[in-house]
Amino acid sequence: METNVQTREIQQCDMHRVLELALEAGRVLLKNGAEIFRVEETIRHICASYRVEKVDVFTMSNGIFITAVNEDKEVFARVKHVPLSGTHLGIVTEVNDLSREISAGKVGLEEAFERLHEIEKMPSTDSIVRILASGIGCASFGFLLKANVWEAMLAFVIGVLLYIFVIFSEKNRLSKIIVNILGGAFITVCTIAFSMLPLPFSFRIDKVIICSILPLVPGVAFVNAIRDIVDSDFLSGMVRMIDALLVFVYIAIGVGTALSIFEGLLGGVGL
Amino acid sequence: MIKNIVCSFLGTLAFSILFNVPKKYYMYCGLTGMAGWLVYCAAEPFASATVAAFFGTLVVVLLSRIFAVWRKCPITVFLISGIFPLVPGASVYYTAYYLVTGELRMAAIKGLDSVKIAFAIVFGIACVFSIPKQWFQVSHWKGRKKERKPENITKIRNI
Repeated sequence: METNVQTREIQQCDMHRVLELALEAGRVLLKNGAEIFRVEETIRHICASYRVEKVDVFTMSNGIFITAVNEDKEVFARVKHVPLSGTHLGIVTEVNDLSREISAGKVGLEEAFERLHEIEKMPSTDSIVRILASGIGCASFGFLLKANVWEAMLAFVIGVLLYIFVIFSEKNRLSKIIVNILGGAFITVCTIAFSMLPLPFSFRIDKVIICSILPLVPGVAFVNAIRDIVDSDFLSGMVRMIDALLVFVYIAIGVGTALSIFEGLLGGVGL
Repeated sequence: MIKNIVCSFLGTLAFSILFNVPKKYYMYCGLTGMAGWLVYCAAEPFASATVAAFFGTLVVVLLSRIFAVWRKCPITVFLISGIFPLVPGASVYYTAYYLVTGELRMAAIKGLDSVKIAFAIVFGIACVFSIPKQWFQVSHWKGRKKERKPENITKIRNI
């Protein structure tokens, strides 16, 4: 009889750990830009592979709710708040691989916890690489948006400068509103400054601005919002869509304010 | 033409770096974006930008699903960078810009444009995601020629 009680306690403890692991995995996924659908799938797979059968998951764009029932009809419940934050698709991939290995039964419970913590500490790509990538991205998309060579080169320079600012603000944890408004203003100021320099070519200010704002454009939020809506997760989809649209508005406020100030000062710079 | 190929490849690749995609997937991201943009360019002379964006999205999502199953990794990795060239960044920017400067008529025109393109992208994604996921598995087609093995199908995980 006593041993029976003991084993049951161990089982309960295990169940707690399994739920914790599943919740951690879900939190890491959600925080780094996975879709709702993937978060729920991963939690279910992890629970199922550690034999926690009766699990209910409810995920929103900023929170995970999970309950499980064992054979004695005892209910375990957890809630986790996950604030909206940046994107790291590398981490999403790694957690996905981990969950596959757990499903295949290759990874023990405690080992999985360790791996998860390691994955979360995974650094971003090297700053210099990202700064250069931002410049190259701006320049190439400039060509696609029918800018000429000079405009693309300016977009490269401004993209590099912009991303230096973005990385600086990431390190100091500036709020998203400030980063995007200042980013937009920064781009405009740079572009107008270039237009005042005695350069041997002329360029269209609006083309350069459009090419250079691309690194700020919330592509991940936008695509994830669409995918959530397609999966009928309307609530999360709407939250993410609003997130994406607001970022556009912030950028435009930055650009618009800077442009109108210059227009007032100089007269007729405008779009 | 060559300019389009090179730039869409490089641009998509560059943005996949910004999203911290693992190194081994850079090439696939670039290819996805390139294919989507080329289809968009090919369709644009014959149809509106909205329809062209729809066809571009179809190709991007199809390729992303194939890559995701083949390389066994989340589809998000390819999808987000691949769709980036088609996202109506410029027209959303103009919308917000005209709103800020008070030209509401232009804002409405540009806003409708970007909403249309966004819906084209939504529709494209929805179309490809409703293809059964077994169809993307090689084992599904191989097994079919001899006999269908039910255990293959139950084992398939969502991409």
